[in-house]
Amino acid sequence: MIRVFYAVLLRDVTLAMRYRTDVLTALFFFLIVVSLFPLAIGAEKATLRLIAPGVIWVAALLASLLALERLFADDYADGSLEQMLLIPQPLVIIVLAKISAHWLLTGLPLTLIAPLIGLQYHLLPNEQWTMMLALVLGTPVLSLIGAIGAALTLGLRGGGVLVALLILPLYIPVLVYGAGAVAKAMAGVADISAYFELLGAFLILALVLSPWATAAALKVSSE
Amino acid sequence: MNLNWFTYSAPINFYPLAGRMITPFALLAVLLIGIGLYWGFFQTPDILSEQKQYYRIIFPHVAAAWMSMWLYIVMVGWALLGLVFNTRLSFMMAAATAPTGALFTFIALVTGAVWGKTSWGTWWDWDPRLTSELILLFLYAGYMALQSAIEDTRRSDRASAILAIVGLVCVPVIFWSINCPDPNQCASLHQQSSLEHVESNILIAMLLTALGFWMYSFAVIFMRVRRIILERERQTSWVAELPEVGGGL
Amino acid sequence: MKEFIYAGGYGLYLWSAFAVTAVLMVGEVVVERRLFKKVLARLKRIKRMEQA
Repeated sequence: MIRVFYAVLLRDVTLAMRYRTDVLTALFFFLIVVSLFPLAIGAEKATLRLIAPGVIWVAALLASLLALERLFADDYADGSLEQMLLIPQPLVIIVLAKISAHWLLTGLPLTLIAPLIGLQYHLLPNEQWTMMLALVLGTPVLSLIGAIGAALTLGLRGGGVLVALLILPLYIPVLVYGAGAVAKAMAGVADISAYFELLGAFLILALVLSPWATAAALKVSSE
Repeated sequence: MNLNWFTYSAPINFYPLAGRMITPFALLAVLLIGIGLYWGFFQTPDILSEQKQYYRIIFPHVAAAWMSMWLYIVMVGWALLGLVFNTRLSFMMAAATAPTGALFTFIALVTGAVWGKTSWGTWWDWDPRLTSELILLFLYAGYMALQSAIEDTRRSDRASAILAIVGLVCVPVIFWSINCPDPNQCASLHQQSSLEHVESNILIAMLLTALGFWMYSFAVIFMRVRRIILERERQTSWVAELPEVGGGL
Repeated sequence: MKEFIYAGGYGLYLWSAFAVTAVLMVGEVVVERRLFKKVLARLKRIKRMEQA
């Protein structure tokens, strides 16, 4: 099982690296969206610090959402998804591997690039760390939940916007606590461990439940 | 006994049954809503001052909100039955339930906004309960959007069923996170008092109105499922033989 | 009676809330009936065409 996991993970990452622009596009989207707010609202330092947690998290949500299409669409189009459904290896493991690859190529880069945005929004170093920790816990959950949406909308017209309508409500808990953690850190609250415990709990729950739901959705979409 | 349950899971048998049930439920609805509102307006003491007569908005507001949440659960129930027993009719019932549930969610939001305007002075202030209702509306919208986006009936039934179930699993977490954004202190309370503090006549009126809304839901959903059955089963001979389609010629 | 409708100055809010609720619920019934009749009409037409 572990070998299957690593095999699929490696495959997906290798394939994605051949189309590096896809990965970079999501990152640039993140950067552009985040840059729009100071232009729209004004670049006053206090304002930026106030809106930073929300803006960064919403932009991360949207970037994650955009990148979801890549998760299954290519395999669905060229028939390899069908093969994955037919082979004796458990679909759940394959799905988990694909989602992990997706996170390595989307969520992780977002998390690593976030400090730059933190600088733009005048975050202090300890606040940056809080933000990165929250993102590193939250972005996998975004990939996991988003995978369900991507699986349900395979091959549909208007797929991107439809996935957004389906998945964004489900992102709300991660958004509330992820942004909340950063906001509390910026407000100087000392003990924000509860936020990370919640985010961690979401991650564990999503790890257990999502691949299963995604596999079911894939089977439904491929009949 | 199993035979009895599954007899009515065939659209051909359920169609006339649903047809017979519309009128009784409609009458019950009118009756209960009428009594509920009468109770709410004339049997409740004017415990609040003259200025606060607007509180009677809560009768349709609470009833609609309860129905919006209950119908979502009902919808998921039908979706689950469909996935487990592979019965077409279960999926049709789920599809029939969604629009009514969405309607009640919308009514809850509108009456809630009016309630907010009269009691807190603002049409919308992201009150946790109303925000949760808004998210519920999005969940209904997503369900209906996914259904209409997929042409193949079998796939659309199953996909939206999965979506609805995932939604139901996430709903407690979503509502909880909206109500309790700071885990260190879950302080936010809905402005309305919890049910224990509600004066009994008001409670009776709310319950009666809600019950009336529930009877109404039965009637409308049966109406809608009959239409869905006709649309989906239009190729069958039993539909062609129906008197209303000019059959038996 | 007038006091009832006036409702301490909030009559407009109170009654428009009820009105919206009533209109939407009655409207749903009306729409469903109309859609049902449309489906019936289409089925009848198809049947007539097949028999011709």
